[in-house]
Amino acid sequence: MSKRTDSNGYTMIFAIVMVLIVGSLLAFLASSLKPSIKENERIEKQQNILYAMGINENDESSANFVSTSIAGQEFKKYVKKQLVLEGDKISESEDAYLIDVKKQQANAKAGKVRKLPLFVGEKDGKTFYVAPIRGKGLWDAIWGYISMDENMVVQGAYFDHKGETPGLGANIKQRYFMDDFIGEHLMTENGVFKGITVAKGNNDPKNDEKTDYEVDAIAGATITGDGVSAMIKKDLALYVPYFNSLKK
Amino acid sequence: MGLLSKKDTLLLTDPLADNNPITIQVLGICSALAITAELKASIVMAISVMFVLGLGNVVISLMRNIIPSKIRIIVQLIVVATLVIIVDLVLKAFAYELSKTLSVFVGLIITNCIIMGRFEAFALGNGPWRSFLDGIGNAVGYGVILIAVGFFRELLGSGTLLGFKVLGDPIEKTGLYAIGYENNGFMLLSPMALIVVGIIIWIQRTKNTALIEEN
Repeated sequence: MSKRTDSNGYTMIFAIVMVLIVGSLLAFLASSLKPSIKENERIEKQQNILYAMGINENDESSANFVSTSIAGQEFKKYVKKQLVLEGDKISESEDAYLIDVKKQQANAKAGKVRKLPLFVGEKDGKTFYVAPIRGKGLWDAIWGYISMDENMVVQGAYFDHKGETPGLGANIKQRYFMDDFIGEHLMTENGVFKGITVAKGNNDPKNDEKTDYEVDAIAGATITGDGVSAMIKKDLALYVPYFNSLKK
Repeated sequence: MGLLSKKDTLLLTDPLADNNPITIQVLGICSALAITAELKASIVMAISVMFVLGLGNVVISLMRNIIPSKIRIIVQLIVVATLVIIVDLVLKAFAYELSKTLSVFVGLIITNCIIMGRFEAFALGNGPWRSFLDGIGNAVGYGVILIAVGFFRELLGSGTLLGFKVLGDPIEKTGLYAIGYENNGFMLLSPMALIVVGIIIWIQRTKNTALIEEN
């Protein structure tokens, strides 16, 4: 039985029309929603930085940001300086938090100077230095913000991911994992940068040991965990000269 | 029920047991293995698939008389991908928090073989209302298995349910852990999901021997 819909001409026309309709529909939607999506992402960055500084609405076990409506005010209130480190040059910028870490990493690969944003915040008389990090998980990008004191002792951490496995790698953004980083040292007393390794082995399950440069890994998420270790080591090492200059 | 005829009701109930997409048709296994380490992820995935399958079945069913048979698989793929991307974009713009939870599932939904399977096997040959019921029925059948597997994997693997420590605290050694119980880390890995699904299939076929294939 040959139907009208079986002919080659019909098939071609159908395919072309369908692609045109779907393509323009998606293009229209994507471009008309882009401003609000961008705005959401901008607020989220502020929330992330505040979260790492310990300004959040966490309850006992889940991680919650400050609400989107007050994120802007809180950000202005707590983040005192937004620094941009370029080689030896240090400048201040109002929009340092909008610096695209991914682009800067690509710049560095291409041999250009990488702009390193660093946010200096103050809360309850304590100074926090928050740095963004970015790397690769199992499936896609992972990133985060680490807040430190002037000795590079971690004060708070926030991690996020694009597409890690739900229930396994995706758990890097769970409280129990992020909270493990608090208090961990990144540098030895002599000023040698060690980083923090997400380690298997369960030799310190309560995470009492804060100078072992290790936190406990998540079961079933080895590669995501390795990605977290790698991005902490790679990206935070770049800030070591700045922290050393603070001591002088 | 006045709304549903007997045949229509069967569309909803058949996939729950005797024609379950996972245990009988063995479709959608990939996502059943991948994301069932936690009960919460299972539930989110079940709801998302229900939405996409119900809607996608209706769209394909409405288009069934104009889709050229030579490229029907591609057309189905475009329909499901478009639906999922639209939902993802709208959520990103208006419900950002929710979209963060769901965005991981987007890729998994597009490639879920149940969706293509129902488009191909049912929606292409039936009207929109019946296709909608078939979509919902199959998604629920899929969801039930997903939630059952997620329940056992989270309970035995992490000792929690939906994040609550129902068996006590493994680090502080309270509850069951006080008497020497240990979590089975194996349950968090995909192969154990396959074994759990296998056990469900075994139980189901023991109860209803008509389901056993002849050699």
